Amino acid sequence: MTLIDLANPTRFLALSARVLPWLAAATVILLTIGLYQSATAPDDYQQGATVKIMFIHVPNAWLSMFVWGVMSIASLGTLVWRHPLADVAAKAAAPIGAAFTFLALFTGSLWGRPMWGTYWEWDARLTSVLILFLMYLGLMALWRAVEDPSRAARAAAVLTLVGAINLPIIKFSVDWWNTLHQPASVMRMGGSTLDKSFLIPLLVMAVAFTLLFVTLHLAAMRNEILRRRVRSLQMMQASQKAA
Amino acid sequence: MTALAALIRRDIRIALRVGGGALIGVLFFLTVVVLMPFAVGPDLALLSRLGPAILWLGALLASLLTLDRLFMADHEDGSLDLITMSRTPLELACAAKALAHWLAAGLPLIVATPVLGLLLNLDMVATGAVALTLLAGTPALTFTGMIGAALAVTLHRGGLLMAVLVLPLSIPVLIFGVAASQAAITGPSSFGAPFSILCALSLVSLVIGPFAAAASLKHGLD
Repeated sequence: MTLIDLANPTRFLALSARVLPWLAAATVILLTIGLYQSATAPDDYQQGATVKIMFIHVPNAWLSMFVWGVMSIASLGTLVWRHPLADVAAKAAAPIGAAFTFLALFTGSLWGRPMWGTYWEWDARLTSVLILFLMYLGLMALWRAVEDPSRAARAAAVLTLVGAINLPIIKFSVDWWNTLHQPASVMRMGGSTLDKSFLIPLLVMAVAFTLLFVTLHLAAMRNEILRRRVRSLQMMQASQKAA
Repeated sequence: MTALAALIRRDIRIALRVGGGALIGVLFFLTVVVLMPFAVGPDLALLSRLGPAILWLGALLASLLTLDRLFMADHEDGSLDLITMSRTPLELACAAKALAHWLAAGLPLIVATPVLGLLLNLDMVATGAVALTLLAGTPALTFTGMIGAALAVTLHRGGLLMAVLVLPLSIPVLIFGVAASQAAITGPSSFGAPFSILCALSLVSLVIGPFAAAASLKHGLD
């Protein structure tokens, strides 16, 4: 079974129908374990119970970038290999990625209120995630603006790849801009300084969220394929009526 | 090579003649700068502090708005099809068109900067710094904006959608352009570091822009 075998949408639908329940079950189990572990994790000596926001916030932030990576690979599939399902994958991923990015921003600002005393701070990391969110919304607007899916797919693919090159540059320049304007006031949380009692639940949650993304993405891809079928059936019906 | 030179010469001529609309960008730039004192108040000290930022924002918007026409007119009269089918690589043709567009629409913005700096109470050093950073940074705006222009022509959608797509990509240029001008005016950080990064951004976009624009034209026009 290679990637090219999945080019047939019917075969993809059959395979994903078989895989999806298992994926969903694994997601639910891991999310339950992760949430339980996060809830029973000890309070931080400085931050108290608010540190538990981290277990939701960090996986969301991680996935916000991971989804753009998935979309870039799918865009390469559209432009280079002309894989017929690649643009379905790219289109289905964009709203999910935007949702993860929004949740990362939202939980971050909820966490920032007790910790920094403000919901929003023009901190380098927050700013670059906000720009990422804007780019997701722009891509979704592009998908919605064009009627013909294959035409929109190629334009969106070019834009996704340009965005993938530009995102590190934007991240770097926002870092520069921030250090120029104000001293770093934000606590840093390196992976190595994290205690084991926090690290293990965090990793479990990260895997659970990744599985959640895969499940949602597969389901969204199925919906998109079915939606396109409905669209072409409607167009056929309309042209028959006209004839 | 002569084909590219001919393309550049043709584009500049069209842009400067009646209906070309290259100089409308300067008029727009002037209007944006004139609007600013009405928004923030006629306080000369405040205006001179905000000056570099206002000039950069005005130049950014002006170059974005004129870019809409980069491929559109050629697409309407069919010459874009000829350019895509010619033996010159499409990437080079795109680069030549962007260069011509920058010469016709970007350079006048920089020439107008000293006059607009006067309106914003900028001194000689500040005006010079802003003009220099614009000279280094506007090619990056033109070449990344060209991607948006190519998408606009293949999708038959221009205006607001393209602005929403292209503006986030121009944030780095804005950051380093304003940072370099501020460093030259007030210090204490050095002018050299942000300015060389600004030049680097222009060079990078010089490579990426033509390739991405040519890719979207190739895939989109068929």
